Order: sequence, then C-alpha cells, then structure tokens
Amino acid sequence: MDKRMTTAEMVGQLRDGMTIGIGGWGPRRKPMALIREILRSDLKDLTVVAYGGADVGMLCAAGKVKKLVFAFVSLDFIPLEPYFRKARQEAAIEVVEIDEGMLLLGLRAAAMNVPFIPTAVGLGTDVLRHNPQIKLIASPYADGKDWVAMPALKLDAALIHVDRADVRGVCQITGPDHYMDDLFVRAAERSYVTCDELVDSDYFHSAPERARQVYWERNLTTGIAHVPGGAHPSSCAPLYGFDVPHFKAYNASAQAPDGWQAYVEQYVDCTHEQYLEKVGGLVAIRQLPLPVF
Amino acid sequence: MTTPATTYSLAELMICAASEAWRDDGEVLATGIGVIPRLAASLSMLSSNPQLLMTDSEAYMVAEPVPVGARNGYQPKCDSWMGFSRIFDNVWGGKRHALVGPTQIDRFGQANISCIGDYAKPKAQMLGVRGFPGNSISHANSFFVPSHNRRVFVEGEVDMVASVGYNPARLARGWSLDEIDIRLIVTDLCVLDFQGPDRQMRIRSLHPGVTVAEVQDNTGFALHVAQDCPTTAAPSEAQLQLIQRLDPHNVRASQLKDNPPGQRNLR
Repeated sequence: MDKRMTTAEMVGQLRDGMTIGIGGWGPRRKPMALIREILRSDLKDLTVVAYGGADVGMLCAAGKVKKLVFAFVSLDFIPLEPYFRKARQEAAIEVVEIDEGMLLLGLRAAAMNVPFIPTAVGLGTDVLRHNPQIKLIASPYADGKDWVAMPALKLDAALIHVDRADVRGVCQITGPDHYMDDLFVRAAERSYVTCDELVDSDYFHSAPERARQVYWERNLTTGIAHVPGGAHPSSCAPLYGFDVPHFKAYNASAQAPDGWQAYVEQYVDCTHEQYLEKVGGLVAIRQLPLPVF
Repeated sequence: MTTPATTYSLAELMICAASEAWRDDGEVLATGIGVIPRLAASLSMLSSNPQLLMTDSEAYMVAEPVPVGARNGYQPKCDSWMGFSRIFDNVWGGKRHALVGPTQIDRFGQANISCIGDYAKPKAQMLGVRGFPGNSISHANSFFVPSHNRRVFVEGEVDMVASVGYNPARLARGWSLDEIDIRLIVTDLCVLDFQGPDRQMRIRSLHPGVTVAEVQDNTGFALHVAQDCPTTAAPSEAQLQLIQRLDPHNVRASQLKDNPPGQRNLR
C-alpha cells in the first residue's frame, strides 16, 4: 500500500464548488503548501471550513472562497487577519459565523453520520439570527427546553499537515495540540495530508508511545505528500515555530497597492523547493523559535 | 495582603480589582484573555483563591500560574494535557470563569468581538465570535474594558451579539435568565456588576479620583448607582509583589495608553 501523491495531484482531485476543511488553528500547523497549490490552480467557488489563519486569508485574497464557515480568522500575535478582513468589509464572501465549539460539533456530527448534535451553544446570540439554516429543536425529554440542533458539517475533502507519516497514511502529530484535525478527517469524504517527514512504518512499531500520537486510522487518509516545511509560515511544533517576520510582511502587503500580487509573485508562483529557498531554506525554518505565551 | 500600597499603576489597580472575580468560585478553570486579565487570574490563584485551575495558555493545565513573557528557564508545572478539544469539554461542563475583553457591551451584558457595523458588509471586521456564544451560555464570565467610553458601552444592542446577556427578548423556550452568569466588568474608570434592580448594570466601585458623573457620561445607558458608592480597593504591597513575580518583564506597563497611575486627581 502506497498513498504517496504530489500536492498538485491532490489539488487535481478537488473540484469547483467543493466544501474543503482545513486543519490547524490560526497560525499553527496549517497545510500551507497545499494552500499555495490551490492558489496556483483554477479552483473556484470553494466553501472553506476552518479555525482560520493565513490559509483563509490567502484563499480570500485569491478569490477562491465563495463561502466561509468559521468562528475566527486570526494570526494571534497579529489579531486581525488582513485579507479575510478585506474580503468581509468588501462583502466579497458569504459567511457562516459560528462558535468554535459549534464548529467542533458540526464536524463531529458529520463524523458520526448524524444530521445534528443538540447543544446550548449559540442560544440567545446573533449566530442564530444570521444563520437561519441552523434550527432550534424542542427537547423530547422532561427539561422542556429548546436546543440548538447544530447541523453536520460534511466535507468533500480535508487538508491537513502533520509532523510525520508513512506511505500507508499513518500520521503522527507530536506537537502539544492536534487541534480538531482528527474531526476534520472524520468529517471528510477524502483527506489529503502533507507531512514534514516521511518515515518507515517501523518508526511507529519501534516505540509504541508514538502510536499514541496518531489520531485517526490510516483508512481515513486518502493521500500523503512529503513536503518538508509544508506548514510554513505557520508553525509545526515541535519542529518549528511560526515565522513572525514573514507574517508581518504578509500583513503589511495588504496595505500596499498590488501588495497581494507582489506576495503571489514572490511566494506562490514557484515550486515548493523554490519557496523554501526564498524563505531562507529548510534549515532556517527548522530553527524558527516556538512561540511562548 | 492588607497593607495598602501608596504608589501603583492603573493597570495594577485593574489587575487587583479583576482578580476579585474568582474569589468565591472554588475549583474552576480561570481563563484570562490578554495580559491584564491573565495576570488577574494568576494573582487570584496565588492569593484569593488557591483552588483555581489555569492553563499555560497553550495545551496544558498547570499547577501554578505561568509568568508572562520570556521564561528565562522557568519550566511550567504541567498537571495534565488540555488541548483545545478538551477545553470545550470543560466549557460545556460549566466549571470555568473567563475574563475576556469585548469590543462592545450593552446594558444587557451582551458582548461583541465579531464585527462593527452592518453585518452583511461590516465597517470593521474583527475576530469573529470565537468561543463567546459557548462561554456565555455555559459558565461564568467577566469583562475587561481598558478604555471606558460610549463606543464600548453602546446605547442600543451591540452590533453582533456574540455573547448572551440578561436580555429576556432573546431567551429560548424553557430557559431562564438565572442560567446566565455575568459577574464583573472591570474598566479603567470603575468596576461594574449586574446587581442593580432587575439585573440593571450597577457601579460596584469607582477607581480613586473617578466620579459617578464621569462613568455615566462615558456609558451609553443608565447605570444603577448605590447611595454610598465605594472606592475600588488599592492594591496591597503583597499583591504588588505577587504581580511583579507573575510579570517580571513589566509587560503590564504597556497595556494601557501612557501607563497612568492608579490614583488620579479628581477631574
């Protein structure tokens, strides 16, 4: 069994109008090499589901997003994502803005093959007013209350970046948090995973604690691409932190005339190997300090 | 903790005032988003409520608050893993009290961090609702407002209700206002709560040198004022020492414009 693919082959399997879930959280462990591959493609009209960072910002800037399902889009140390902001303020995208936990429950419902999960989250807020497709349901039990019926967020594809994987699709995340990546994978028809390191299966067998850092079964992994530094400029702890100067320059580009075009020419219209060179090389990426909070 | 300090900054006064939010909470997760709220939670864990739980602001529960900024060799004392998925398990169980900084707050205590202006085409897009809807329906919440003015304390409802408040018009069937728990609002002028008649927002204490009129002028709706409005307690020398230990690089000094002193002359 060998699930290796190139990132171009992965994106070649995506179609206009698909619903795409993106793993990671804000500026952390985002499948950025895959995002850049989408930016180079003709894909359009995507529905994007994410705990958003520059992945969402870049897809908005490139006009790839029809609809965004989100709870936040932020680079954390730069709180407001500049291109997402621009897209919202120009009314360029449709939005489904929900609570972080509602997003989790929507993915979990899809993963469980149930149409919805009841929750209190969202009650009393404008999340319900702006999303009339999210319905309330009367409890069939003695509490006598109405609850939010958070609908399943079914994904056509999930895009994920991990530390390590083998060719069969066993994926390891060693960082302090795997975020909701397992739920994105379980909610998706197909999951495309990039990894910083491709390992022999023996890597897992020789140290069982590594198997505890595998959060979904390999039969949920559709394809694997070996892309060292593939999360850059987001982090892939503990291998590397996020690239603060790069994010600052990216943020500043939104204020410059033709700033996005210049960013694309510099960092998107090239191969991944050329990209690594332009941002200082893999060795430099691996030395980016982990953030301290 | 009792000797009052004679010199302290407004940031330190606000940290001490906000740390009171957790005093009677028992064993709950204290979350403070931002430097001053985090220091307030940390201070409470080291003084008024040692039973509190805190995280390292990333993915672990810690046995003692992690100092702000560069660690200089300090190793967080990790008790257990606490990644984001597990944070929601905690939130929905209700054993948490968060101190967060909304962009807008209205007379019901409804709060907004999503966007300003028309929702379809916002004048200013901000973060998104984040975890506000779930926090506000699940557990106790307090607010931190670094600049008390009418743009924050708005006249009508907030532009996007991200966080539920004591608004009967928005209650779902079968729910009661008793299931919503908003505690303190700590601003640069005063401390507010909802202990006025019918949960009206009330001035709980005025910071030294601030008048009722000044607070009311900077608030877009009527506040309840008790006959004797106390002055916010000055930090004690012991509290200031703990704050210094929790914030050795003095990051707190850069949180409020010009780092004003805590004792202001009457204006």
